[in-house]
Parts: sequence; structure tokens; C-alpha cells
Amino acid sequence: MKEGETAKIKRIGGNGALRRRILEMGLLQNSEIYVEKYAPLKDPIELIVKGYHLSLRVNEASQITVEKMESSVE
Amino acid sequence: MRLLRLRWRKWNRLLNELKEFAPIGIMDCRVSETLNKVPTMPQKSITIALSGNPNAGKTSIFNHITGTRQKVGNWPGVTVEKKEGTIRKHGYELRIVDLPGTYSLTPFSIEEIIARDFILEESPDVVVVIIDSSNLERSLYLATQIRELDCKVVFCLNMADVSRSRGIKINAAKLSELLDVPVLFTVGNKNDGIDELLKAAIELSESDCVTAQKRRVRYRSDIEKAIKEVESVLTADLGSTLPYNTRWTSIKLIEDDTIVKERIQQFAGSEGRRVFEAVQLQRETLMGLFDEEPEILTTDERYGFIAGIVKEVHTTAVQHRVDISRNIDLVLTNRFVGFPIFILFIWIMFQSTFTFGGYPMEWIKAGIGGFSMIVGSVIPDSLIKDLLLDGVIAGVGSVIIFLPNILILFFCIALFEDTGYMSRAAFLMDKIMHLIGLHGKSFIPMLMGFGCNVPAIMAARTLESEKDRILTILITPFMSCSAKLPIYIVLAGAFFGPRAGSVIFLIYLLGIVLSIVTGRLFRSVLLKGADAPFVMELPPYRVPMLKSLMIHMWDRSKMFLRKMGGIILVGSVVVWCLTAFPRQISFTMDYDAEIERIEQAYQSFQPTPGTELAAKIQGKKNQEIQQLKMAQAAERAKKSYMGRIGTTIAPFFQPLGIDWKGGVALLTGFVAKEIVVSTLGVLYAADDASDPDALKNALLASNFTPLSAFAMMVFVLLYLPCLATVAAIRRETRSMGWMFFSIVYTTSVAWIMSFLVYQGGKLFGLA
Repeated sequence: MKEGETAKIKRIGGNGALRRRILEMGLLQNSEIYVEKYAPLKDPIELIVKGYHLSLRVNEASQITVEKMESSVE
Repeated sequence: MRLLRLRWRKWNRLLNELKEFAPIGIMDCRVSETLNKVPTMPQKSITIALSGNPNAGKTSIFNHITGTRQKVGNWPGVTVEKKEGTIRKHGYELRIVDLPGTYSLTPFSIEEIIARDFILEESPDVVVVIIDSSNLERSLYLATQIRELDCKVVFCLNMADVSRSRGIKINAAKLSELLDVPVLFTVGNKNDGIDELLKAAIELSESDCVTAQKRRVRYRSDIEKAIKEVESVLTADLGSTLPYNTRWTSIKLIEDDTIVKERIQQFAGSEGRRVFEAVQLQRETLMGLFDEEPEILTTDERYGFIAGIVKEVHTTAVQHRVDISRNIDLVLTNRFVGFPIFILFIWIMFQSTFTFGGYPMEWIKAGIGGFSMIVGSVIPDSLIKDLLLDGVIAGVGSVIIFLPNILILFFCIALFEDTGYMSRAAFLMDKIMHLIGLHGKSFIPMLMGFGCNVPAIMAARTLESEKDRILTILITPFMSCSAKLPIYIVLAGAFFGPRAGSVIFLIYLLGIVLSIVTGRLFRSVLLKGADAPFVMELPPYRVPMLKSLMIHMWDRSKMFLRKMGGIILVGSVVVWCLTAFPRQISFTMDYDAEIERIEQAYQSFQPTPGTELAAKIQGKKNQEIQQLKMAQAAERAKKSYMGRIGTTIAPFFQPLGIDWKGGVALLTGFVAKEIVVSTLGVLYAADDASDPDALKNALLASNFTPLSAFAMMVFVLLYLPCLATVAAIRRETRSMGWMFFSIVYTTSVAWIMSFLVYQGGKLFGLA
């Protein structure tokens, strides 16, 4: 995903504690996420979910499968 | 009584004021009369635990309630800060415990385990859940989990002003009704509603209503069925003796919660077998049904339950945060200017810590100097005097002079944390630090290490994960601290002349390279396991409160003074004793007689006072006496216990090209690295202060070569940190084991590296 894109979460991959932690932070199936920005070194990534800002490492975020919602930004 | 009525009236008035923006929750268990009965009762103690998400304003509420009457310590066995305070209010003694800020109550992080265990094992009378009203949905996740723990809960919708300004309306009455808990609004940083919160907590603890079993999270029928099954086995096999609520225990067992499993195992012993079989069966059934682990399902369900509540009580249209905070981030985490600004901030922090801190440091130094002068003139010459002056005052003084640095540093760190910049710093640096196997937040402690390792190691507290913290602490000593710089300057200045600067730079670089190697090595061998996931909230920026900054700064500095002071004191006395004893030394020559002889010799030979010749002769006489005294001091040093130790361990340093004198200097460097230079001065019998090149010349005349000088610099860079740092490592890791590990590791690395440098250099004919 690129900066400024909105998407809907399809599935959270990964396993164990990390997966659960991501879910607990409110990144659930069907919730909307917005990519606010990438850090200057391209990692980590800043997302907006449920009205707050959350940062994840890119490889952690890559476990999340999404479906884009606004194709206009593409 | 009257006073209380007045207060009561005041409370009611405040209540009405609060109702302006939202109705106060209906408290099912309200027993307002209890408050009026208070004065007749003896002081009763109530424990109130504060719990909530990080950044929900928990600390500011805690600070407002307890003010300066707070105790900061650690939770037993871990480095997580534990804060509690006791106050008297409304006729009760209230013990307020600040639980670590968490997002959830899983058994995956120490903070969460601590928070959960406190509620379960110490059963506080009331748990206040502090909820960030502008972030209701996520905050309620923790809140519902706490509700499941079967304790008396008050919800506190904090930062009511922020959420209001964002156009969020929360119907507290509805929320209270839906969840069956008292709900209050507060504005933590303005001290609004705090008193009401305490009153509600007292009322709830006095009421005998048991937490209602209704209005809990209802899971979907398959999960509920599984819970029921496990519950029935639990009740049948273990009965009513179960330590925790049965339903909760069943849910946790189904979620495969390691800690609950362990506890039940311990509790039930062999009788638990059937329970675990039942749990296993239910887990498998659920996995078969949904193709998901049950713990994921319950998380999902809780959020589902919350979504339903939020829909009922929450009215807002805000999707993206279009606010000041986001605009600030446009600059501070910007692709181009983010890093320069970050470096600027760090530079300012560094500068103010070590440059501005330098002035008060000088004053304290002067103060200590003056103090020891006074002590020196009051007490007659004796062993006690030497001990007081050179041991105690010098030793304690060497700690106290760090105080300004520590204060400023912790102020800056508190500022970074309270404004919310700390998480941005981690956001920026994470990529780089991740290469070493560390978290973005490790950057600040490591950088501080270049100034002084003691505050640096203490700054590692800001890291949440224990592994990250220990790794950062172990690496920090390789950051060459400022006290080592004079040693490099002397050695490099003497042997490398114009290339001294490059050589010193090389030394610093070596430290950084070794810290990277160490980080990677330890991450893959010693502190294995996945790194802590970098799932981190970037909270909105906030204007920090001076009071909270001060409390933060002072708490941490106090700990520094108390703990370091003791160890340093003992250490310096020991080192003093080693250098001062034995008192009776058989010198190779009678120095006093020799001095006497010189005095006599010059006596016979008296030119007219005031002439040039007289001054010259006087100078020559003084010089000769001085030389004798230096020689005496050097011999005394050699024959003191310290010197004997130096001679004994000389074989250890020999392969590194360092003689026993260098060895002794390095040993005394254990107290403080600054001492190395002065010890070298004493041992090489260089003239003091008068001639800055004296030591250099003495070193050049000694058996040091450029290669062995470089080997010694490498050794200084890497070997065991100073006493204060060792004390800090012990304190921050809460383990003697890690402390000794650090001492042994750094010293072995130092030895190996300088051995390679010296012997390798000799092979290439550089000696």
C-alpha cells in the first residue's frame, strides 16, 4: 500500500503473540485502515485505525491482507 | 460533620456542572449515605488501582491524586516502575496504585502480567479504568477485559475536553447502564472531576453489591458452549476452592493462557488432568468449527461487543484525525526534514546535559573542594583525615557532580515522553536500530553513552521490553564516555602527534562497530526469541505539565543518588585503602633524610636575598626536593597494596604491551575513568599541573610504544565500566548476574581486542 491509501482488512496472517497483539490494537477483519506515511527510511509504517495512529514494522504490516477501497490514489 | 456536608454540597454542585456536557452515569450500586456516615467510623483503608492504556492520561490523574506523596519503586523482580501513594480523603485512607499502562491483559508482556496479577492476587477494593475518551473503542478493549476479572470497576472517561473539542459525544449514562459500572468524566491534566472519581470509588468499595454477572461480553453460542463445558468440569473437579472466578478461568484456559494454565496446574495438581483434557477438546472443536485459534475468536468477539456499545453511546463523524498533532507530524516525521530535526533535538539535549550541566558541575566541584579544605583545616593530620578527604569526600563528590547532568537529562527525556515525541523518535530510528537487533527507542540511551554511561543506562528504562532493555544496557558501555577522552588525549597526544585526532576517532568508531557486533551476537545467542513487535501507538502531541515533568525528573534522580551513592562510597574507600596501605614502607632510600641533606647543602650557601642568583638557587633547590618527593610517591604507589596487585597482574597486561604501571592506572580507572590519567601521572613521576607536557614526556621516555599506547587506548575503550556504571547496571537489570556478565564480557572483549592490536601490530613490525 502507498501513502494516503485506505483499505479494508481481509485477513491478519502471522502467528502467536504478534498476531494477537495486532488484533488487540484494533486491526480486525473488516476494519478500515489508512496509510498515513512511511518513516523516512521506509520502515516502519504509520497507520490510522479506529481514529488513532499506530506504527508497525513493514514486515509486520505485510502479514495483513487488505482490499483497497479508493482506487483513485493508485 | 459540617465540613463534610459543605464538601458534599460542593461535590453536588460540581456534579451539576459536569452534567452540562454529559449526564453522569447511573450507578446501580450507589450508596451515597455511606459518605455521610464516614466521620463516625475509624479510618478505613481502601486500595484503588488505576489502570488504562498508555497515553490515556493515567499518570497525570495519579499525580493529581497523590501529589508529592508518592512512592516510586519497582514491581518485585522486574524493572517496571511501580508507583503508589497513600492519601487521606473523606475519612478514608486511600492507597492508590498506578498499574502499568497496557492495551490488553494477555500474558505476553511483563506489564500486562503485572497489572493482571495485581488485580487477581491483591484484589484491590476498586479498579479505576482510565479511558481515553477520544479513543473509546480501543480503550474499552482493556476495560472489558478488566471487567471480566470480577472486581469492582469504575470507568473514568478521561480527556473529556479533547474529545469534546473533536466533536465526540459520549453518552455516559448509557455506557454505565450497558456495562453496569459507574462512569465519570475527568480532565486529568486540569484536575477536573478527580475528586468525584475518588468519591465514586469509595462509594463503590463500601457498597456490598457484588459485581453483576450480567452485562458481560457474550460470546457466540459455540464459544459460550465451550466455556460452559469447561466451567462444569472445573466446578466438578476443583469445586469452589478455585482461586479465581470460574467463568474467567474457563475463558483463559480456552484461550490457552500460559500463566493461568500454570497456576491451575499448581493448584489442582493431578486432579487437573480432566480439566486440561476438557479444555483441549473444546479448543480442538472450536478450531475445527472456525479454522481459527480460540484466542483470536475471543478477541474478535470482544471487539464486536465493544462495537455494539460504541454505536449506542458514541456520536461522532471523525474519521481521520485532522488536527494540530497531525500537522506537527507532517514536519517532525517528514521524509526530508524529520531526521535533521531529530538530530537537532538530540544535539540540544546533549548540549544542555553536558554543557549547561557543566556549570553547576563546576560549582559543585568548587563546593566539594571548599568543603574538603574546611574539613582539612579542622581535623588534625591523621589517617582518619586522609580517609575522609581522599576516600569519602572525593568518592561521594565524584557521584554528586553528576547530579546536574542527570537532572537535565531526565528532564529532557521526560519532556520527550510527555509530549509524545519519544515514540516519533523510535519511529524514525527503528530501521537503523533494528539492524542491531534493537528497538528504535534504544537509540537515546546509546547516544547518551557518549556523554556518561550512568544516565545512559538509566535512560534504558524507557524501553518496554525487558530483552531490549538488557541488550541496550550491555551495549552501552562500548559507547566511549566523556571521562575516557582525557586518557585518549594524553596517550594519542604523546604518541601520535598530529594524527591524534584521527586515532581518537578510530577508537570511537571501534566502539560503535563492536556494539553492533555485540548486539547481533547477543540477539542471536543470549537474548534469543523474536524481537518485541514494533506495534506502537503514536499518541497525539500534548503540552506537557511542568509538575509532571518535575515529578518524573526528581523520582529518577533520587534513585540515582540513593543507590549509586552507597556503592560508590564503599568502592572509593576500598580503593583508597588499597593505595594508602601499608603505611610503613621500607623505601630503597631514606627520602626524608635526602631532602634534609639537600636543605642542609643549600643552607651553607646563602647569597644575598632578592638577587637573581638567590631566586635561581631557590628554584633549583625546590626542583630537587620536588623530584625526590615524586620518586617517593611513585615508590609508595608501587609498594602499596594497589601496586602489589599491579605487579601481580602484570602478566595479564604484558601481552598487550602494557606494563604494571599502566595496569595499575587501569585498575584505579574502575572507580572513575578520570583517575586513570592522574594515576599515570603519579606512577610515571611526572610533574603535576605546572607543566602540561610533563606526563607526555614521561610517557615517551617510558617503555610505551605507539603500538602499545594504541593497545592501551583500545583497552580503555572497552574494558570494565566505572563503578558508578556497574552500580547502574546492577540496579537497572536488577541482577548481579547481568552485572558480572557485563564486567567479564567487556573486559574479555577489551583484552582480546588489544591483544589482537598489539600482537598483530608486532607481526607487521609496527612495534
